[in-house]
Amino acid sequence: MEKATDLLSSSQSFFSLKSLKLKTKQQELLLRISILGLVYILAFITRLFSVLRYESMIHEFDPYFNYRTTLYLTQKGFYEFWNWFDSESWYPLGRIIGGTLYPGLMVTAAFIYWILRFLRFAVHIREVCVLTAPFFASNTTLVAYFFGKELWDTGAGLVAAALIAICPGYISRSVAGSYDNEGVAIFALLLTFYLFVKAVKTGSLAWSLGSALGYFYMVSAWGGYVFIINLIPLYVLVLLVVGRYSMRLYVAYNCMYILGMLLAMQIRFVGFQHVQSGEHMAAMGVFFLMQVFYFLDWVKHLLNDQKLFQAFLRITLTCAISVGVIALGVGTASGYISPWTGRFYSLLDPTYAKDHIPIIASVSEHQPTAWSSFMFDFHILLILFPAGLYFCFKRLSDATIFIVMYGLTSMYFAGVMVRLILVATPAVCLISAIAVSATIKNLSLLVRAKTKPTQAGSGKGTTSTKASSKGALDQSLPYQKNGAIALLVGAFYLLTRYAIHCTWVTSEAYSSPSIVLAARGAHGNRVIFDDYREAYFWLRQNTPQDAKVMSWWDYGYQITAMGNRTVIVDNNTWNNTHIATVGRAMSSYEDEAYEIMRSLDVDYVLVVFGGVTGYSSDDINKFLWMVRIGGGVFPVIKEPDYLVNGEYRVDKGAAPKMLNCLMYKLSYYRFGELTTEYGQPPGYDRARGVEIGNKDIKLEYLEEAFTTSNWIVRIYKVKAPKNRW
Amino acid sequence: MNQLKEKTEESLPILFPQKLAMKAMAILRLALVFSILTSFSLLAGSSPSPSTELQIVTAERRIDLTSHIVKVFLTLKVENIGESPASEVLLAFSPTEADRLAVVKAAASAGKKKKKSYVPLDVKPTDLPDGPNGTKYYLIHLLKPLGKGEAISLEVLYILTHSLEPFPVEISQSESQLVYYRDSAKILSPYPIKQQATFLKTPTSRVESFTRVVPTDRANTELRYGPYEEQPSFSYSPIIVHFENNKAFAVVEELVREIEISHWGSIQVTEHYKLVHAGARHKGAFSRVEYQSRPNSGASSFKNLLAELPPRVHSVYYRDNIGNISSSRLRTNFKKSELLIEPRYPLFGGWKSTFVIGYGVPLEDFLFEAADGTRYLNYSFGCPLAETVVDKLTVKVVLPEGSKNPSAVVPFPVEQRTERKYSYLDVVGRTVVVLEKSNVVPEHNSPFQVYYQFSPIYMLAEPLMLTSVFFLFFMACVTYLHLDFSISKIKQT
Repeated sequence: MEKATDLLSSSQSFFSLKSLKLKTKQQELLLRISILGLVYILAFITRLFSVLRYESMIHEFDPYFNYRTTLYLTQKGFYEFWNWFDSESWYPLGRIIGGTLYPGLMVTAAFIYWILRFLRFAVHIREVCVLTAPFFASNTTLVAYFFGKELWDTGAGLVAAALIAICPGYISRSVAGSYDNEGVAIFALLLTFYLFVKAVKTGSLAWSLGSALGYFYMVSAWGGYVFIINLIPLYVLVLLVVGRYSMRLYVAYNCMYILGMLLAMQIRFVGFQHVQSGEHMAAMGVFFLMQVFYFLDWVKHLLNDQKLFQAFLRITLTCAISVGVIALGVGTASGYISPWTGRFYSLLDPTYAKDHIPIIASVSEHQPTAWSSFMFDFHILLILFPAGLYFCFKRLSDATIFIVMYGLTSMYFAGVMVRLILVATPAVCLISAIAVSATIKNLSLLVRAKTKPTQAGSGKGTTSTKASSKGALDQSLPYQKNGAIALLVGAFYLLTRYAIHCTWVTSEAYSSPSIVLAARGAHGNRVIFDDYREAYFWLRQNTPQDAKVMSWWDYGYQITAMGNRTVIVDNNTWNNTHIATVGRAMSSYEDEAYEIMRSLDVDYVLVVFGGVTGYSSDDINKFLWMVRIGGGVFPVIKEPDYLVNGEYRVDKGAAPKMLNCLMYKLSYYRFGELTTEYGQPPGYDRARGVEIGNKDIKLEYLEEAFTTSNWIVRIYKVKAPKNRW
Repeated sequence: MNQLKEKTEESLPILFPQKLAMKAMAILRLALVFSILTSFSLLAGSSPSPSTELQIVTAERRIDLTSHIVKVFLTLKVENIGESPASEVLLAFSPTEADRLAVVKAAASAGKKKKKSYVPLDVKPTDLPDGPNGTKYYLIHLLKPLGKGEAISLEVLYILTHSLEPFPVEISQSESQLVYYRDSAKILSPYPIKQQATFLKTPTSRVESFTRVVPTDRANTELRYGPYEEQPSFSYSPIIVHFENNKAFAVVEELVREIEISHWGSIQVTEHYKLVHAGARHKGAFSRVEYQSRPNSGASSFKNLLAELPPRVHSVYYRDNIGNISSSRLRTNFKKSELLIEPRYPLFGGWKSTFVIGYGVPLEDFLFEAADGTRYLNYSFGCPLAETVVDKLTVKVVLPEGSKNPSAVVPFPVEQRTERKYSYLDVVGRTVVVLEKSNVVPEHNSPFQVYYQFSPIYMLAEPLMLTSVFFLFFMACVTYLHLDFSISKIKQT
């Protein structure tokens, strides 16, 4: 408010005196606001690469489900949406959509849509969905600015906003069209953290209420809220242990936890998990611990006797802990408190999923992170991160302790799972921003030390005074200033490299919608493979309205959203057995598969095949996961049957079961007649670089219904059973 | 069919009482008398019957069966042999033909072969009672009445849609498409025809079978029926021709064209298509490898369509409800623009596709100001796709906000109504003139006009609204910053 009036008065003076001279403070404010404005715009437009390169469309897999539900929400209204039983997926089981999704994203987009409609902006809901993620990314930069300001100073805030605006780790999930929960969730996550830190700092109920609301929004948007509900208690615990307990903390945590919990229960998908699930017990434990702490504090205040208090402390603590342990034990044993889920385990133990839950391990974004992808997503932030940690430790406060904990825990999770780099990104950006800001501030103070020696003392905070004293000490050294200039240039060079890297990564790697594939042609021209949509649109237009399509679960959401047809399984992998049944059908011989397909009322089978184009993420390359997941439930399917000496092959040396299973037949049906590459025999599979082993494929129970122009998607019709006579 | 012939002959006397003497009335049945009486009473009540006495001296009919739109060129030489002058000539169509009739055009031709000049004539469906067996009439108004003994040459073009019936109804990918065409060997006319001949042109020389009505002759792609001499009025002898036709049977089941006028310099056209291949339905498997490698595989399917757009067209897009369709090509020159659109997949018989084409054209090319200050839009009515039939066409002209008294002038009968539409920043909404017509063929691509009154001051409404909103917003900010809402002054740390 004060600053705003500054701005106002500055503009007033600007107009009245007709002079361009502003006070230093006003200049700083103007500069700050314009930088923030530019960062805000930059964060938005850098995410529009995908629209420029391709078109305004929804990307990948999950966003199609979100888009479909948003469409439903805007067309039918909130109550219909909330009570929606979707019979178009998971045939014949169906799915209760309202109770099994996080509605935050859809409601947000629908809300924006309704507002725009109300203001008579005749936008299409798709445009709103496409631009939701960039819009929220822009908002995240604002939150990052305020968070950075809270942690360090306005300079760090500005740097944090700039860094997070273009950080590839965040862009990967928030380009235009990537209409996924994460897009709004990172905003909600950072907002919750910021408001909580603010609440702890001020001890104000208002901030903690804000934090609870932020938490509610996060819960409504993404399953990653579990991270918040575990990190905040952990932080509180650490503050208790290091003796930073205060009334402010008590107010902030209690208000945030109780209100946040009650609000979160309103989300049907979450329900009573806050009091019933093992993953949420830490928060509850810390809540009770806080009460014990407060009680002890009060007793201490009353007693005024150190010895007596010590005894009391011992008794109370023992009682409290034992009650807590017993309650937890009883709760777990009686089944009231559910144990940790597989996903949670797999976070704590990276090898868990591989051994126990193949369906989680089969997703590429659930793999442990490679070093290269850290480098790819963070670039110089990876080096700045430890430096920032150092600065944080130098100026320890409640806020910096929080960011250190956030940074360290999220870095661990980022190492466990590729997709969790996203959660670590805000922390890394903030901590790096502290490093950048503090370093540059120190260096520029050194550079300016001679001209304005008096100003050095005016900076507040330990680092600046230290730097100034250092500057004063080393005044005699002649190369001091030059060194500082060199280092400054180096820092700017690094930051420039970062900006270049981010832009390059955004435009080259993270802007592909993965529905439309682009490749370079022989003459350097751009070739578009639009086969997915070709197939889905064919399904939509030329199959009966109630046709059931069987495909591997990856394509389920897309088939229902774009093809508008019922699918057997989709990307919401809630029923492992059902997916295993499909996996079993795909890995069986045709006649056995036919029985399974008949029992599931399948009309069409869809497979993705990259043998003609060299598209490598096709169903043949995913096939071993189908075998594994199918075999996990149905022991008739054995992985070694499809391998030759532990090797996965599709050529002549392949295992006989492999050469005759349904997936192989559907992928390669009549492929043997096609010459794909000059100088290679017909039936040369370009994705795997071999000539296929079974060129004479006959289909008895299925017939080719449609194959796209580049053969990427092949659809087969399941024939009706033969007449008995 | 026999019965039909009987009936036509029997009911003749009623329409042409002068012929009573000529025609033998031997087989008049009692049941028919009744119907005759009723038709008499109807005649008395309705408009004047074609009581004038005309006959057709020569008639030549050329039926073009090369596409799925059947075009019939009829050359008639009409002579008045009665006493009173005739100003109208009747054309007769069987009920099935009448249902499928998209266009009837007529012109009077004068002069010899090279120096022929054509004067277009007005053709209208009549409200005359139906002829025998539900025969429907169209009335040609002659420019000047035909006096006694005078003759006139008429050129008639009529277009039939959905008149080729695929047989077999379902074909596989390797087969080619065969269709039936049903017509009469003799021209159906309320007048006696002295000499006539009919020529049918098939797309290929492959004709499976055809009805013979002697004399009938076939040479390469041409079938000739006739010449037939001295045929009485209402002669009808049904024929069936079964031949190969692999042309694209592109039928747009529904087309909604929205033409939005902005006085800021552009007309935005959006066209929503529901396209279907109306030929023989595809049966069995679709094999991509055969479609790619064998040229005659899927002969009746089509994979692209040509749309002819106005010149100086800009920001063209082609998409459907799941996104942009990348396979389209636009060629522009100063006379016209051609957009070659390729649906996502080749269309086989019975396959459908829906898509949207949108483009902008400069305002000055199509919007004009009339002398009295009203403005009018002059735009082409029909579907820009070549060789397609539109079953139901809806043209919506979205007039700018604030325009008044809209009226449409269309050269053929259409259904009209108005709607209201809200677009960007609209307060009172825009008036939409909706024109509906069924069975539209490329011949309907003639310009139509929508007249309306518009005051240019309305153009400024939206910019003014936006600026005032921002102004108010900034004013609110300024006021807020100047006010102090705090209850007590607490020094913030």
